[in-house]
Amino acid sequence: MDSTIVILAICDGLSYAALVFLVSVGLSLIFGVLRIVNVAHGSLYAYGAYTAATLSLLVAPVSPWLTFPALLVASILVGTVVGGLMERFLLRPVYHLEEVLQLLITFAVFMIMDNLQRMIWGVQPIFAAEPVKLLPNISVLGVNYTSYQVLVLPLVAVATLFGLRYFLRYTLSGAIIMAVTEDREAATAIGIDAKRVFLVTFIIGASLAALGGALASPTTSLVPGMGTDMIVLSFAVAATAGLGQIEGAAVTALVIGLARAFIIYIQPELEVLVPYLIMMIVLLIRPMGLFGVNNVRKI
Amino acid sequence: MIQPITALARMSAAAALAATLLAFPAQAQDKPKELKIGIATFLSGPASVFGVPAKAAAEMIAEDLNKKGGIGGVPVSVSFIDEGAGGEALVSNYRRMVQDDKVDVTFAAISSGSCGQLAPLAEDLKMLNLMWDCGASSILEAKKYRYNFRSQANGTPEMLAVLAYLLKTKPDFKTIAVVNQDYAWGRESWEIFSTALKVMKPDVKVVAELFPKFGAPDFSTEISRLLALKPDVVLTTSWGGDLDTLVRQAGQRGLLQQSAFVLGIGESSMQRLGKDLPDGLIIGARGDHWFLHPEMKNDPAFKAFNEAFKAKTGSWPIYSVYHMQQAFSAYQGAVEKAMKANGGKWPSREQVIDAAEGLEFKGWGRGVSLRPEDHQGLEAQIVGVSKTAPGYDFKVLDDMMIFEPKAITTPAGQKSVDWLKTLPPDFVAKLNVQTFKHGG
Amino acid sequence: MSARLLSRWAIVLGVAVAAIFPLVLPSWATLITLILAKGIVVLGIIILLQAGQVSFGHAMFYGVGAYTVAFWERYVGAADLMLFLLLGPVIAMLFGLLIGLFVVRYREIFFGMLNLAFSMVLWSLLEKLYHYTNGADGIRVARPALAGISFSPEAFQYVLLYLTLALVLVVSYAVQRYLDSPLGHMLRAIKSNETRLEYLGISARRILLIGYVASAFLGGLGGVLVAIAQQIATPEFAYWTKSGEFVFIAILGGTANAFGAFAGAAVFETVRFFASAQLANAWQLILGVVLIVIIMFAPNGLIGLLNRRKAGAPS
Repeated sequence: MDSTIVILAICDGLSYAALVFLVSVGLSLIFGVLRIVNVAHGSLYAYGAYTAATLSLLVAPVSPWLTFPALLVASILVGTVVGGLMERFLLRPVYHLEEVLQLLITFAVFMIMDNLQRMIWGVQPIFAAEPVKLLPNISVLGVNYTSYQVLVLPLVAVATLFGLRYFLRYTLSGAIIMAVTEDREAATAIGIDAKRVFLVTFIIGASLAALGGALASPTTSLVPGMGTDMIVLSFAVAATAGLGQIEGAAVTALVIGLARAFIIYIQPELEVLVPYLIMMIVLLIRPMGLFGVNNVRKI
Repeated sequence: MIQPITALARMSAAAALAATLLAFPAQAQDKPKELKIGIATFLSGPASVFGVPAKAAAEMIAEDLNKKGGIGGVPVSVSFIDEGAGGEALVSNYRRMVQDDKVDVTFAAISSGSCGQLAPLAEDLKMLNLMWDCGASSILEAKKYRYNFRSQANGTPEMLAVLAYLLKTKPDFKTIAVVNQDYAWGRESWEIFSTALKVMKPDVKVVAELFPKFGAPDFSTEISRLLALKPDVVLTTSWGGDLDTLVRQAGQRGLLQQSAFVLGIGESSMQRLGKDLPDGLIIGARGDHWFLHPEMKNDPAFKAFNEAFKAKTGSWPIYSVYHMQQAFSAYQGAVEKAMKANGGKWPSREQVIDAAEGLEFKGWGRGVSLRPEDHQGLEAQIVGVSKTAPGYDFKVLDDMMIFEPKAITTPAGQKSVDWLKTLPPDFVAKLNVQTFKHGG
Repeated sequence: MSARLLSRWAIVLGVAVAAIFPLVLPSWATLITLILAKGIVVLGIIILLQAGQVSFGHAMFYGVGAYTVAFWERYVGAADLMLFLLLGPVIAMLFGLLIGLFVVRYREIFFGMLNLAFSMVLWSLLEKLYHYTNGADGIRVARPALAGISFSPEAFQYVLLYLTLALVLVVSYAVQRYLDSPLGHMLRAIKSNETRLEYLGISARRILLIGYVASAFLGGLGGVLVAIAQQIATPEFAYWTKSGEFVFIAILGGTANAFGAFAGAAVFETVRFFASAQLANAWQLILGVVLIVIIMFAPNGLIGLLNRRKAGAPS
């Protein structure tokens, strides 16, 4: 049974890791550029999921295959609209304040979004599973998996990872974002509009979180409170990787996803503990995270 | 700093005096202008799938009662507090309901966790409380209460009925697994089921005991494990969004076809799951009610109730709705019985409680009785299998068995787990039950 | 600190309200006890904020206090309230010492994240070790006797209220004195210029550790009081949203002096209580908007508003 467990755990861990990566990488990006810990990130995840479900239910009668692009549209919609509004009107006015106050603004946004979500979509569980139903099952060692779970999710995560890397390293816009991250003042001095960079980065980060939610929505019942656990989990991954580290977030999400899957096979009660235990141990040894750059103390 | 201490002492004395005066419950002998019923239910969070329909039912029932003159000639009004607001807010709101709003009776609550907190509080505040939906048998077994009653059955007869149905219809299974929510109900319901199972079929092997976190959005790893282990039977007493997700994810991956799923309290998910629920799954209804109850479905009052509920909310009633009705019927029955014993005068709370002990009342099934020794309700249990039926876009119950309460409820004074261990192995065989078909 | 006189009057008014209102409306007794107890925890947050550090995991000490009472009652037996008031904070303080030895090496976001990690580890242990902790439903806490006297439920709520009020006065005074003392000044030096502190030959880590341990003590005390007032200890006590609430209240009230903690807690809890009763679930919305407004227009919190109104001078 042992090697079977390993392979099964990998298959289970992959899809979970993919979702967690998408949410954490957005969080990491936002922190890296804006130096804000976005507590509302989990709410963006939840809104992405709910919007995707609503859109799916709308387009499904027309053609079930439309539900796939609907997922993408939902994430871009949520990321741009909600993320854009949030940055422009709630964060930009407070950039001059202490970091804890900026963080609390995002905490307040989380509370507001959580409440609004219940008002908009209600409290009954919503399930919009079209995308999953369309794809066939795959059998791994006699165990059925949905292709959505073992193929689509990991592929999207990998595509996002490489897409982000390419964008940040090889395009002009990406270079501008990196410049602002390295040295805000110098970048502004040579004429880069830091405000626009912040807005764009925030929208990208928010869209990634919403994408995570949109991709998760066909697999699970959408219920109020679904963002709350995801927030702290994505913190755990982002902090363990090193805030601002993109590739690091992917590796860490994979490690945590696989660890969680393995634990469910071996000792299921510890499932919830695993991500935070890993976070605690890593941060004790390397507080900047596994891949973080060493500027731990500010004097 | 003498003055502040003296001031404090004076204030404390005043407080003590005031508290003593407040401690005596009002001896209400005159007919009140209205009867205030305070109801704790889930208006937010995952359990709102039970709570919101129950709220609609309460409003409907209260309106109906008032059209008929109310209880004992007094109109009723209902107010609600949200269990979903969490432990602290719930307790604060309950206190406010009792001490400030001065309700006459409370119906609390849905969650066994809430009941665990509120029952002792009701006892402290000397407030008559009907536990209208929470299932944990331990609440009334651990302590003897004067002010708390349970107007429905509890987890023990519910799980025993489900087990009995399983043993009667699938007597030869060899392996079983459980996937329950990790909280009191999930743990207790499994304890009851497995203890009884061990007595009746000691050779059955439990291949996995999985308790995913309450509200878990994803069961894929648990499902993978079960697909690999291939148990004959999988029991789950999950409900709400968790159950919906579990059934759908299991269905997508073929687990429902591979193992025989038993949905211990699955009745409430049937309408939401629609076609995603396959035929042939054993489903418990948490009591003696079902909107197509074989013995009640031709009763005009019952049909009117169901239709009115569907018109009001868009769905047919589920068990939380019928439990709410039972709470109202129990309270009405107790008040009217106490009034009769009182020669027609309005009864005090203590008199209502005395009347409630041993009370027999009718919900929307066979009757329920409130055991005087521990205030536990004795209610029959319906268990059936899912089946496609014309005229409904969701599955209905078929091959229903109705189990009488006395044989399957823990006797007063005993703890469920201890009593279950003393059951004879031929317990299920000795249970005489009739089977009802959906159309029959 | 200008507007001291106004603050004094506000304090007297606050104490009067806390002491008298519940005699009129009994359900307020527990509500005010909760406000005061949470205010005590927030005092701990304020201590750390003086050093410019935010702990996103303070709920863990709150949880430790609560579960100390619950575990003692469950595994040892009934005990006196006085014992719990000593035991809970002391054990929380020991936890604080242990964890503090690690976290005081770090600053800013790393300090915050590490605290979060510890608190989430504690939470997941409390949530999942069902057989020891009863899991998500928590452990019921029975009403303890006070100095040997068992009170009736109605009387106990007042006893607890006045006891908490007394503790609040003692603790606030102690914290205010601490912040005004050299130790307190050195704490603030960590925020403004830590190097200068080191140049004076003082270990910044030790100063921060003292503050951390003190705040852990306060967190535990608050946890004990809430567990006894609500008669339950649940894993939620240690969850990250609870830590967030405490920081929220600190900023809401204003971090300039001790009274801010209680002002913030009062506003937070009353809005939550009434909004969840009347406006059925718009309380998060309301509180969120209030916080945003406060941060944007009154970053020094409610106390800052009061001070500004009085003298027009920045506080």
